[in-house]
Amino acid sequence: MQRIGVFVCHCGSNIAATVDVKKVAEMALHEPGVVHAEDYQYMCSEAGQEKIKEAIQQKHLTGLVVCSCSPRMHETTFRNAAERAGLNPYMVEIANIREHCSWIHKDIEEATEKAVILMRAAVAKVNLDAPLQPGESRVTKRALVIGGGIAGIQTALDIAEAGYPVDIVEKTPSIGGRMSQLDKTFPTLDCSSCILTPKMGEVNAHPLINIYTYSEVESVSGFVGDFTVEIRKKARSVDMNKCTGCGLCQEKCPSKKTPSEFNRGLSTRSAIYTPFAQAVPNVPVIDRDACIKFKTGKCGLCSKVCQAGAIDYDQIDEIVTEKYGAIVVATGFDMIKLDKYDEYAYSQSKDVITSLELERIMNAAGPTGGHLERLSDGKAPKELVFIQCVGSRCADDRGKSYCSKVCCMYTAKHAMLIRDKYPDTNVTVFYIDVRTPGKNFDEFYRRAVEDYGVNYIKGQVGKVIPQPNGKLLVQGADLIDNKQILKEADMVVLAAAIEPNPDVRKIATMLTASIDTNNFLTEAHAKLRPVESPTAGIFLSGVCQGPKDIPETVSQAGAAAVKAIGLLAKDKLLTNPCTAHSDELLCNGCSQCANVCPYGAITYEDKEVNDHGIRETRRIAVVNDALCQGCGACTVTCPSGAMDLQGFSNRQILAEVDAICR
Amino acid sequence: MKTEQKRAEMIKEISGVNPLKCMKCGKCSASCPSYNEMDIKPHQFVSYVINEDIESLVKSKSLWKCLSCFACIERCPRDVKPGKLIDAARQIVVRERGQNYLLADEIPELVDPDTPQQLLVSALRRYRR
Repeated sequence: MQRIGVFVCHCGSNIAATVDVKKVAEMALHEPGVVHAEDYQYMCSEAGQEKIKEAIQQKHLTGLVVCSCSPRMHETTFRNAAERAGLNPYMVEIANIREHCSWIHKDIEEATEKAVILMRAAVAKVNLDAPLQPGESRVTKRALVIGGGIAGIQTALDIAEAGYPVDIVEKTPSIGGRMSQLDKTFPTLDCSSCILTPKMGEVNAHPLINIYTYSEVESVSGFVGDFTVEIRKKARSVDMNKCTGCGLCQEKCPSKKTPSEFNRGLSTRSAIYTPFAQAVPNVPVIDRDACIKFKTGKCGLCSKVCQAGAIDYDQIDEIVTEKYGAIVVATGFDMIKLDKYDEYAYSQSKDVITSLELERIMNAAGPTGGHLERLSDGKAPKELVFIQCVGSRCADDRGKSYCSKVCCMYTAKHAMLIRDKYPDTNVTVFYIDVRTPGKNFDEFYRRAVEDYGVNYIKGQVGKVIPQPNGKLLVQGADLIDNKQILKEADMVVLAAAIEPNPDVRKIATMLTASIDTNNFLTEAHAKLRPVESPTAGIFLSGVCQGPKDIPETVSQAGAAAVKAIGLLAKDKLLTNPCTAHSDELLCNGCSQCANVCPYGAITYEDKEVNDHGIRETRRIAVVNDALCQGCGACTVTCPSGAMDLQGFSNRQILAEVDAICR
Repeated sequence: MKTEQKRAEMIKEISGVNPLKCMKCGKCSASCPSYNEMDIKPHQFVSYVINEDIESLVKSKSLWKCLSCFACIERCPRDVKPGKLIDAARQIVVRERGQNYLLADEIPELVDPDTPQQLLVSALRRYRR
């Protein structure tokens, strides 16, 4: 018989205002096995934990029920407290009377009744609990960073600086990401390339960092501390070791009409190309869809001009298999497509552009050499209109429900830079709200208004109408003056919403990392574990977790690195002992459990069994403890009831149901 | 429930619109082709319903200046659709006369000579059974 202690937490007024905690404690004393029950204001506090330890020692408790918040919040806290008092931590059960009870009910009587029932179910489970011992698994001291933008670069540098080897997998031919496309950065206006390229060089030169560019993650298996990842190195058609990066092949390549991804399609590139001059590695790739040699078999000019003999048309994709202890996702973002926003005439006029396109136009290395001009006729615009929140903060299916966070600041930056460089160009910004939380951010926006004379109008634009004279008629609202505005503009810039890189869905599925309805990766806890995925060993860095600017991304990248380092620094990890096991006498080898197991933890063995005196060889399911995550899918699938989960046995769950129905 | 409150509820029910979703961006007023003819502007319809000032709304010129072109309905990023609110306010006027519909003979005498024909066409198109 167990000797159970029940501890009821008030959680300040979170629980106590809706649940009669004293009554729950009192009722607990009538439950089988309960020898001690008390309530306290904050059970998770030092004093609360002390009460638990005292009771364990004085009353010789063998099991605990803590009626408190969700086990996701404090199960570990109470298990550790129990362990310190000499009790097996798996003899602790949490009855969630906060999220599942007090927070969702108003009536005290009903809520108290439910809290008592939840307590009763937990007591029934503890009565059948047995001490469990966690196993150990090894940690591969190597990290993988998926994505080579500023988030991935910073994370990789920080992990490598702590002495652990890191691999970066980047889909495009160069690392650098979105930040390499930007001109200046707010609020200090440093040149983006000037602060990014040294970091790219540092990553490239770091002895502990290995970069796979033009590569993608193909598959992921394993678990925290011991992931096995297959990386597809796409055929570059250029030998990385031989190429000197002289650039002659790109110069001579006759196929030059492919839209440049790096310049957002505002210029063209050759079929053999590096995305930009400062690319890392400075080794081109052949775009086989554009290459004349690959399309017709004739040409081969690049191979002829290459002094190093680096061109290799026969290269094929290569799969590299590597083991990692931790994986950091840093897949970044893109801008949304604007095909659903016909009213802004983006597809009708070359002079309606997105902010990222403007970044390229303003950039000295961009398609216009940094000169602000209309893409239709090359003329300098005299009247410029910015439209904010295009596709952000939308409740309809055309846009995104969230605020993209960076647009207010980059628009203030664009407006200010343009007014500074071209003082005779008028700049008007149509805004809904100007959101500038951040150090020196609001001051920056105010400078645009007060010192640079940018005209901010509170109100959205309804329509942009291309005119026969080449101008753009902007019809907007001024909600302060309560009038409708018709304004002829030479250029219109749309602050399009940002969205997670669409590839992240595929990657999240491979990692079994959860993702929200907007394709942002979910954190383990919104406030307290913001850089960890709920899947152990997976960390989040940058915009893949939510919209953020460069300073925030760099901070988060560092935080993700620290979490990864904390994991890699361990030699062994304790594994969860709540794993599944099959009863060899009941198992009929039907394979259903192996089919549903998401972790590939179940295999089959031919095993000799002694079934009531009959000796025979049977095909029996065997669970690999190291791989099993204790999800329980096999236990509910098993038709013969042979699969059982330690710590959540079928008997225990039925006992809980019985207790609830009593 | 007070009359104005009831009328506001009625507008929400007829239109199926939750005016609290409005983020005050003004895209409706930016889109409206009749904006200059209106005394209460499209983006203000929403706050009139929230503030339960339906009397001002039904007495406004705007009620009969709206062309029902649906530009505001089409472009509203928050699913608030002021055009639907104004449409519901028109229905309130009709219902309060004890009818759910107008007889064809009644239309000519109600029509303001300035009312665009498109409005009538649009209304007939929407309410034909």
